[in-house]
Amino acid sequence: MTATIRTARVWRRSAAVVAAGALAAAGLSACSSSGSGTSAGAGSTANASSIAAALQKKSTITVWAWAPQDKDIVAAFEKQYPNVTVNLVNAGSSTTEYTKLQNAIKAGSGIPDVAQIEYYALPQFSLAGSVQSLDGYGLDSLKSDYSQAVWDAIEVNGNLDAVPQDTGPMALFYNEKIFKQYGLTVPTTWDQYVADAVKLHAANPNEYITSDTGDPGFATSMIWQAGGKPYTVSGATSVTVDTKDAGTAKWAAQWDQMEEKGLLSQVSGWTTQWFNGLGNGTIATLVTGAWMPDNLETSAAAGSGDWRVAPMPTYTSGGTAASAENGGSSYAVMKASSNALVAAGFEQFLATQPGETILANEGGFPALNSILNSSSFLDQAPAYFGGQKINEVLSAAAASVLPGWSYLPFQVYANSIFPDSVGKAYENKTDIAAALSTWNNASATYGQQQGFTVTVK
Amino acid sequence: MAVTEHAPSGARRTVRPARHTAKRWNPNKRRKSWKLTAVMTLGLIYSLLPLFWLLVNASKTQANLFSTNGMWFGGHFALLDNVRQTLTYNGDEFLHWFGNTLIYVVVGAGGATFLATIGGYGLAKFDFPGKRGVLAVVLGAVAVPSTALAVPTFLMYSKIGLVNTPWAIIIPSLINPFGLYLMWIFARDAIPNELLEAARVDGAREWRIFFSITSRLLRPGMITVLLFAVVATWNNYLLPLVMLNNPKLYPLTVGLVQWDAQSQEAGGAPIFNLVLTGSLLMIIPIMIVFLVMQRYWQSGLTAGSVKQ
Repeated sequence: MTATIRTARVWRRSAAVVAAGALAAAGLSACSSSGSGTSAGAGSTANASSIAAALQKKSTITVWAWAPQDKDIVAAFEKQYPNVTVNLVNAGSSTTEYTKLQNAIKAGSGIPDVAQIEYYALPQFSLAGSVQSLDGYGLDSLKSDYSQAVWDAIEVNGNLDAVPQDTGPMALFYNEKIFKQYGLTVPTTWDQYVADAVKLHAANPNEYITSDTGDPGFATSMIWQAGGKPYTVSGATSVTVDTKDAGTAKWAAQWDQMEEKGLLSQVSGWTTQWFNGLGNGTIATLVTGAWMPDNLETSAAAGSGDWRVAPMPTYTSGGTAASAENGGSSYAVMKASSNALVAAGFEQFLATQPGETILANEGGFPALNSILNSSSFLDQAPAYFGGQKINEVLSAAAASVLPGWSYLPFQVYANSIFPDSVGKAYENKTDIAAALSTWNNASATYGQQQGFTVTVK
Repeated sequence: MAVTEHAPSGARRTVRPARHTAKRWNPNKRRKSWKLTAVMTLGLIYSLLPLFWLLVNASKTQANLFSTNGMWFGGHFALLDNVRQTLTYNGDEFLHWFGNTLIYVVVGAGGATFLATIGGYGLAKFDFPGKRGVLAVVLGAVAVPSTALAVPTFLMYSKIGLVNTPWAIIIPSLINPFGLYLMWIFARDAIPNELLEAARVDGAREWRIFFSITSRLLRPGMITVLLFAVVATWNNYLLPLVMLNNPKLYPLTVGLVQWDAQSQEAGGAPIFNLVLTGSLLMIIPIMIVFLVMQRYWQSGLTAGSVKQ
C-alpha cells in the first residue's frame, strides 16, 4: 500500500518541516499559472488510441513515487512497452516529496512527468494548476471501476486530475486476546467503544483502547465518517470552511469523552513505542486505513495471531455501515510534462488490472473494484489475523465509504499546524471541538493569504 | 591512532619547561580535585554514551532491536551481517551515497579551505581600498547560520538551473566566512612582513611566495579551517535536503533519513538496524580525520590568542 504515511510524523521531523513550510509557502499560490512548459497532447486530440500509439514510440518518463510496489509495477510496464523507459525516483515520501515537487514547480525545472500524491494533498496541486487534467485522455471511462468515494477524491473541481492506486477505507483493528482477557465486546457503536475504553483502562491502567495524540489525518477521516463536510471548494479559488459542521461536532463530542479523561494512550503514531504497544497489546485497538495489515505484520510482529478486523463502529446502533478514507495515494500527470500521453498511459497501467494486481500481491490495498471483489483477494486468510478473512471486512469498508468529502486546497499546510491548536488540546486534555474551530480559523486565514477566497461559516 | 606524542609539532620550536628545576607555579602540577574529576567523568560519559548506544544497537537484528535491552548487547551479534546488508541494500545505495558525500567533502571543503586561505592571506598582507568594508561583510556573514541561507539559496539556484545538481551542494560549501576570518587573523600574526619583503627582494613573484612560503607557514590554520569545513560538509543535511530531488545525488545524511522514513510508509519495510549501522559507518571516517589532525587542530585553535 503505497502511500499513506501517517501524517502524524510530519511535524516531528523539524528540519524537514522548516524547509517544507518555508518553501511550500513560497511555492503555493492559488492563482499561479505555474508549471511552465506546454501541456502536450491535451484536449480532444488525446484519447485511448493516441496513448496507445505514443506508448509504442521511444520515450522516457520520470515518475516520482515512494510506494514500495512501484519498482515491480514499473518493471512490468517496461516489459509490456519496451520502447518506454520509466525513470522511477523516490524523492521522499509524502510531505517530503510534496515540498520537493512544490520546489521544482517553483523552479520551473526538474518536474517529473508523473508524481505520487496522496488524496488529501491532490487538491493543493490541482487547484494551483500544476497537474494536467486527464479529461479527454479516455481515462474517464474507468469511473465505474472504482468506488464513488475514490472517484470523488481524484476528480477535483470537476476535472479528472489523477488516477487512484491504493486506498485506505477505515476499519477497526482490535486485539482479540486483550478483548477476551478483559471481557470487552467488539464495539459496533462509538458509545460501546467509549465504554470499552473506560472498562479496559479501569481494569488495567497500563492498557489503553487506542493511542491518539492529535493526528490531523485521523481527525479529518473521523469527521468524514461522522458525515461531516467541513470543507467545500467551488471553482479554483473559492473555499468554504464550516466551523459549525455537524459531523465535526459529532466526532469531537464522542472523542472528547476519552480525550479529556485520559483514556487515550499518549504514544505518538509510527514510533517504535507505538509499534511495541501494538505488539504487546497495551494499545488494544486501532481505527485506521485498510493498508495497515502489512505494517502490523512487519513492525508489530509480536502481536501475530492476536489481531482481528471489524467494521468501523457507527454512531447509532444498528445504523448502516459507514467508513471513511484514511490515507491512500493517487498518481497525477504534471502539467509541465512534455510527454503527457506516455505519462497517462503509465497511469492507466498502474491504476488498472496489471498495476493493481501487483500492488495487491505485494501487500497494498487496491482501489480497483474488480480486485476488491475477486475471490482470490477476499479469500486471503493471513495468520497474523488468526486466519480471519480480513479482506472481506476491508472490501466491505471500501464500499461503505461515505461519498462527497473534500479536503482543503491547502490541506498539507493545514495539517502541519494542527498540533498548534488541536495537539495542544490533547496535551492539556481540553475540549476538542473548540480546538478544531481554532484550527479551522487558522487554516482559513492561511488560505486567504494564499489568494483563496475563504468563507468561514 | 598511534599518536603517542602529544606535544604539537609546532611547539617543538619553543623551549620546553625544564621539569626538575621548576619550583615556580606550574600549570601541570596543580592539586588534583576530585570534584573536577567527577564532573569531567560525567562529561565523558555524557559524550560517549550515544556512541556506545550506537555501537550496541548496530549489532542487533531488526527484530532484536525492540525485544532486548537497548543499553546492552543482546541476542544474536549481527554487526557484520548488518554491515554487509547496509552496504548492499537496494543496489549498493549506501556506497553510492558515501561516494557522493566524499565528493562533496573533498571538493567543497577542500575548495573552501583554499579560498579561505588565499583570501585571508590577501586581506592580512595586502592593502587595498575597501578592506574595512570587506571586514564588516565577513564578520556579518559569520553571524548568519548557513541553515538560514538554505531557502534563499534554493530560490536563487532554481533561477539559474543549478538545483538538483552536485553544484548546488558544492558551490555554497565553498564559501566559508568563518574560515576566511580565521585565516585572516592567523596570516596576520603567523607571517612576518619582513619575510615577504625578503622574498620579493629575491625576485619571487606573489604566487610563488604564496605557494612556497606563505602556504607552509599557514598550515596549522589551514588544517583548522579544513577540519571545520570537512565536519560541516560531512554533516550537511538541510542544504542537500532542499536542493536535491534525485536519490542518486544524495549524501549519506539525506540518504539515511530516507531509509529511516521507510518505516513510516504504508507497506514500507522498517530497516532501523541498517539505519543504525549506516550511522555508525558514517561517523568512522570523520573520527579518523579528527584523530589524525587533532594536533593541528589544537595548535590552530589557539592561533592569535597570544600576541607575539
